[in-house]
Amino acid sequence: MINTFRSAKTLRNLTMLVLVTGLAACSGAPRVEPTGINDPHEQNNRKVHAFNKKIAGSGNGGGLAKAVPVEFQTIIHNVAENMSMPQVAVNSFLQGDIQGFGLATSRFAINSVLGFAGMVDAASEFKVPEHDTDFGETLYVWGVGEGAYYELPIIGPSTGREVAGRVVDLFTNPLSYALESPEKYVGTAAKLTDRVLKNSRRSDMISDVLDGSTDSYAQARLIYLQKRRYELSSRTGTMATYDDPYAN
Amino acid sequence: MMTHTQTKLGRRAFIGGVCSIAVARPAVAMTADDATAFITRLIADIYRVIDSGVPEADMIPQFEALFGRYADIDIMAQYALGVDGRSASPAQKAAFSDAFSGYIAKKYGARFGEFIGGRIEVESARKIKPGYEIKTTAYLRGESPIDVIFLVSDKSGELQFFNMFLEGVNLLLTERSEIGSMLDQRGGDLDTATLDLKVAR
Repeated sequence: MINTFRSAKTLRNLTMLVLVTGLAACSGAPRVEPTGINDPHEQNNRKVHAFNKKIAGSGNGGGLAKAVPVEFQTIIHNVAENMSMPQVAVNSFLQGDIQGFGLATSRFAINSVLGFAGMVDAASEFKVPEHDTDFGETLYVWGVGEGAYYELPIIGPSTGREVAGRVVDLFTNPLSYALESPEKYVGTAAKLTDRVLKNSRRSDMISDVLDGSTDSYAQARLIYLQKRRYELSSRTGTMATYDDPYAN
Repeated sequence: MMTHTQTKLGRRAFIGGVCSIAVARPAVAMTADDATAFITRLIADIYRVIDSGVPEADMIPQFEALFGRYADIDIMAQYALGVDGRSASPAQKAAFSDAFSGYIAKKYGARFGEFIGGRIEVESARKIKPGYEIKTTAYLRGESPIDVIFLVSDKSGELQFFNMFLEGVNLLLTERSEIGSMLDQRGGDLDTATLDLKVAR
């Protein structure tokens, strides 16, 4: 009962979040590169973290990735990547990233036709590099601030901006409008399977952070924020500035 | 036990001091090529260990030796300790530095198994405040390429790296947070944290 109430509240909060970030996007605020940690929901996030940790511990470690042939894992990855290309193209377009739009469109065309519906990454053979983006990045490009830190159940670390991006991305995949019912879920299924396999391959690293750390919540938060900020800022060619430990 | 460790460290610190006097020389400005060559040598040495085919447990001491040779451990340990390090005695600092070196070698050395069959390419060098930023890309089997950045300086009297970034994740910052959590959990007791760091992982 309380749970239902809670999730209804969460849903309402999320809707608000999307609306607010949408408005912020329209205002075209200048982009600020955040450095600190903005975690006003730490207490709740820590509860979710404990839950996620329990789930991670119940898996069979890297067993799955070892059991599934590498060739099959590659095919799953290729299909998932190919099915996401129209969405990447849409987001690249929204970011004004003409090159990214071209890459995503070319990769989708080449791999759908020459790569047997995306099972083979033929585009890479033709030196068309991979390109990936999402609506979270689109919001970043539009100048939306990072927002608060969230740890989401199962999905893991995120920020207000990324949560809003995820919600919007549920609707930005052209394939989900173009394809009929069973086919349009192929992309989602491939994506989920790819994620599970990737987590399994990385299970050593994940369990290192979760089990090997004194405060795995703080470590996961710091690692996620650094990685995501790097991903976003390095694409815009922002030069990193470094702390000089010799100066102190 | 405690006294033994301390005398040993005292001697080590003394020898270290003598050596650094011997090594210290008028700073000849390091060039981008020097820094690049330095990282290229480091990568070659890491791969020599990985490709030697010895079991992982035997690789760790070798990685620790490489870390000792190529990294400015003292400055890294000092940064990781953060403000908690200011009140530490020289002996405490030396003991922590020693424990930190083993901890880093174990923690990151264990990851190098994934580098088998892969390669690391040096991309570029850029002048930064205390030295150079060397950008490299690690190509691991079955993974997207990983950006690895080394920060190199000669402020210690010789070329050494003092920080590393994996896909933007700052090794020193991440370890400073971890060490901070360890200290918090032990009521700020550096000696206990140092001992626990020695047996960590």
